[in-house]
Amino acid sequence: MSDAKTFFLDEEEIPFEEGQTIIQAALSAGKYIPHLCYHPEFKPHGSCKLCTVRIDSRTVTTEDGQSVKIPGRAAASCTTPAQAGQHVESEVPEIQDLRRTLIQMLLVEGNHYCPSCEKSGKCLLQGLAYDLGVMDPHFPQYFSKREVDASHPDVLLDFNRCILCELCVRASAEVDKKNVFAISGRGHTKHLICNSESGELGDTNLAATDKAANVCPVGVILHKRHGFEVPYGQRRFDKAPISDNPAQYAPVKEQV
Amino acid sequence: MNAPLPKRKLKVATTSLAGCFGCHMSFLDIDERILDLVELVEFDRSPITDIKHCSPDCDLGIIEGGVCNAENVHVLHEFRKNCKILIAMGACAINGGLPAQRNSLDIRDILAAVYAQPGRGVHIPNDPEIPLLLNEVHPLHEVVKIDYFLPGCPPSGDAIWKFLTDLLAGRTPTLGFGLIHYD
Repeated sequence: MSDAKTFFLDEEEIPFEEGQTIIQAALSAGKYIPHLCYHPEFKPHGSCKLCTVRIDSRTVTTEDGQSVKIPGRAAASCTTPAQAGQHVESEVPEIQDLRRTLIQMLLVEGNHYCPSCEKSGKCLLQGLAYDLGVMDPHFPQYFSKREVDASHPDVLLDFNRCILCELCVRASAEVDKKNVFAISGRGHTKHLICNSESGELGDTNLAATDKAANVCPVGVILHKRHGFEVPYGQRRFDKAPISDNPAQYAPVKEQV
Repeated sequence: MNAPLPKRKLKVATTSLAGCFGCHMSFLDIDERILDLVELVEFDRSPITDIKHCSPDCDLGIIEGGVCNAENVHVLHEFRKNCKILIAMGACAINGGLPAQRNSLDIRDILAAVYAQPGRGVHIPNDPEIPLLLNEVHPLHEVVKIDYFLPGCPPSGDAIWKFLTDLLAGRTPTLGFGLIHYD
């Protein structure tokens, strides 16, 4: 890198270029930071908080000689610019515990029945849960009542699994220039909607080849007539943990 | 780390609630290792032994399936009362699993669709012998305290073996990559 500056991620020196966020620099350097709503091709969204890191924690010595750690500020690494010399904690028990809790909350909030989901084995939520060792839901199951939209000839929407990452919203707006998807409502009524008079996907101009139809990290946007094609044991997260190949998430273009 | 378990054969009770028995079939997939297991445990109430009620001094209770009817609630409470440690095994026990996909539907509509449609019968069965259905299928931890969760649909024989050997050795059970599965 030309004007190489560095910061420290879990005590390892990471080079970055001016304007890069922490997660962009980390992924470029082959270091994985867990994330769901971040995608290297789109503007950062900062909503899932899975990529939360702790920045510049300090250890101080008290009057009686005890060492006490004062936690640094928590920040979403997808929206926080990398700065020279900062110390970032990611794969530490405290942060991983918080990530596990976030995953558990996402799992109970939607109806994530992996055995009947066509995305199982290549679902990022599932892959992250495996990687973080999530064994239990911890919270009461929400059992939300949501619809399925099968009105499109090639694409099926199962809203039960939506995690509101807005990847499809951003892909449709930024790449496809179609604005097919949007998020409506607030709080627990927040949900994904389609931009058509009827509200149905079949009445939008979405094509199965659109970026928006191919970016869903979970099993909401599914292609019809393509279910369960890869046998159990040979699917993406059967073969390797999600954290195994950070390069696949590395930024493809410079952006903030 | 758990408290050390007693130096005697541990009593293990198992049951299937609203599940498909797949987890018990997977349990048998530990194959010849079951010979090592019976050196460490004796089976109490279980489909393997056909004992109808738990002994009051069971050490482990392993439960497959969620809670979908009044009898499931009763059995689950009996397990909690008689077992020191309860394990929710499999997707149905952990989040309701596939049976819980009925939770978005009205129970009356479901019963009518199954039993009171032309060609399928004329009335919804109402015999006191038949356990009363709950409005929704529930995971176990919403009804009683669960100590450990073993995910999978079903968990593989290897995952069950790793989980039980960890537990019997006094370690907190962990499943590494390849053994932890939700499907």
